[in-house]
Amino acid sequence: MSTQSHIGDAAISTSSSANDKPHIIVRNLTMAYGSFVLMRDINFTVRHGDIFIIMGGSGCGKSTLLRHLIGLKEPTIGEIIYGDVNFTRADQQTRELMLRRFGVLYQGGALWSSMTLAQNVGLPLGEFTDLTSSQIREIAALKLALAGLSGFEDFYPSEISGGMQKRAGLARAMALDPEILFFDEPSAGLDPISSSLLDDLILELRDSLGATVVVVTHELASIFAIGNNCVFLDADSRVQIATGDPKDLLANSRDPRVRRFLTRGKEKGEGVIHHG
Amino acid sequence: MEQAASKANQGTVSVIHTGNSTLLIKLSGPWHLTRDVPSAANLRREIESTPMLKTVSFDTSGLADWGSGLISFLVQTSAACRAHSIDQDRGGMPEGMRRLLELAEAVPEKKGTRVAETRASFFQRVGNLTIGYGLSVGDFMAFLGDLTVAFGKFLRGKARYRRVDLVEVIQECGANAVGIVTLISFLVGVILAFMGAVQLSQFGASIYVADLVCIGMTRDMGAIMTAIIMSGRTGAAFAAKLGTMKVTQEIDALTTMGISPMEFLVLPRVIALVLMMPLLCLYADLLGIVGGLFVGVGMLGLSARNYMQETISTLTLTNLFGGLFKATFYGFLIALAGCLRGFQCGNSSSAVGDAATQAVVMSIVMGVVACGIFAVVFNVIGI
Repeated sequence: MSTQSHIGDAAISTSSSANDKPHIIVRNLTMAYGSFVLMRDINFTVRHGDIFIIMGGSGCGKSTLLRHLIGLKEPTIGEIIYGDVNFTRADQQTRELMLRRFGVLYQGGALWSSMTLAQNVGLPLGEFTDLTSSQIREIAALKLALAGLSGFEDFYPSEISGGMQKRAGLARAMALDPEILFFDEPSAGLDPISSSLLDDLILELRDSLGATVVVVTHELASIFAIGNNCVFLDADSRVQIATGDPKDLLANSRDPRVRRFLTRGKEKGEGVIHHG
Repeated sequence: MEQAASKANQGTVSVIHTGNSTLLIKLSGPWHLTRDVPSAANLRREIESTPMLKTVSFDTSGLADWGSGLISFLVQTSAACRAHSIDQDRGGMPEGMRRLLELAEAVPEKKGTRVAETRASFFQRVGNLTIGYGLSVGDFMAFLGDLTVAFGKFLRGKARYRRVDLVEVIQECGANAVGIVTLISFLVGVILAFMGAVQLSQFGASIYVADLVCIGMTRDMGAIMTAIIMSGRTGAAFAAKLGTMKVTQEIDALTTMGISPMEFLVLPRVIALVLMMPLLCLYADLLGIVGGLFVGVGMLGLSARNYMQETISTLTLTNLFGGLFKATFYGFLIALAGCLRGFQCGNSSSAVGDAATQAVVMSIVMGVVACGIFAVVFNVIGI
């Protein structure tokens, strides 16, 4: 496995750059669809410069938690706080200003299909900055180059591969130099090498932009390679069952469900009912 | 002959009572999914009806070849045994069969996943539908409110949308629709003229065909026919496009970037259709009159000059502008229905199809209802 080789370096760089100032605080969050409660009593804190992993088995509500964090769904109970602004209670205008400081990479890239890659990256620049169109074009080209897509400025999303769409989505997420980057399953549908390159890129971005990164994933290689903090959601009990550095959890967690997940099921904890 | 062969090639099951409390199940022949396999229900009845049954064992020595049809049969048998606390002796089974059977039973059925198929009563269904309609009226009003806010921003020059998009939609629902509008409205003119001609020529009043076509087209037919064409063409396209954008999270991407999808996607579409509908309607009026002229000259022997003179003397600005006003309003309804259904689209490819269908149905229904209301109102206020 190619990703195994750089786990050591990642561990060093993650621990050196994180500081302890809270950036995102989730307090008593309950997520529900109508009367169906998906997850309750979620509490965690993400520090500045963290690469925070939201993990758990399929269907446990990882992506839904992400949708709450970026304001696409409203908490049923509880609140989400960024720095010292309460995002859940903020008015529409404050929220829009906050959203501009976020970058989101969606699972399928979610590029606007009627626009070229340069237009995709350039749209937020055109809407929220005073740059001229030629400056926008230059910056869009730069962001695409950072994502490894130099020369693809005038391609439409349908003309490039899935992995490239994902990288273009990343270039767009970086357009406004965001303070927080959100990734929804970044390695889904990527081959092991592309997915490891994407991990490297995420680390690089965190270090160079000083951004905080929140990643939804269940890819173990990625979790250990980049994550330095995490929340583990359990689908059966509908609560979070662990938080902390994934490497610590692997070394010290006593919870059989967490151990099973982090060892790919090799350690079958005692008394665990497993649903295929 | 063939039937006999297939009978011989079928799996069979027989039951032998070996002693008071044991049952030997003998499986033989080939068991394949592709052929008719014996049902487990008979065997289950046999097991349930045997009193004092303690153990069930299996004999597979006569079994030729087997697939998952046999495993399914055995899983059901085993479930029946477990339900009556009967032991199973699987010693007579081949290794692979035993392992597959264990795999199928490894994960117990999760409680609450099986949804009982209960048929709702008539009143319950009527009630659910009514609540559904009530909620959808609420959604419609909320959408209309959001659109009004977005339009207010547009008037103050603060709406975020791309000019290019607006121009593209205008071309799509304006210039690109001219062909189909030409064909349909010409034919509607011909049809109106024919209907009139059959009656009017009996009284030697064929010249009044011109009046009929002129008033019919300008007052109502031009507007409603254009609206129906545009519902099917553009309303469906709006819903499909926005629905797909919803499925691929492109709309989410706009929202989280701080760009209102209402301003960016809905506003240009509504504006484009509201601007283009009266133009298309005017064009449809003209083509309808040309259609009538063809019938008048070709069939009724009227001169083109007389026909046009009669048309011009009948044509009133009130009718013409009434028609154009209606067309504008229909355009608004079509754009609204298309965009609303697109935004409400679910998260699958079939949901996009449903959204497009609902958009067309909704806009045609709203258009025709509005047409009826207009007819009454215009009559009352004497236009």
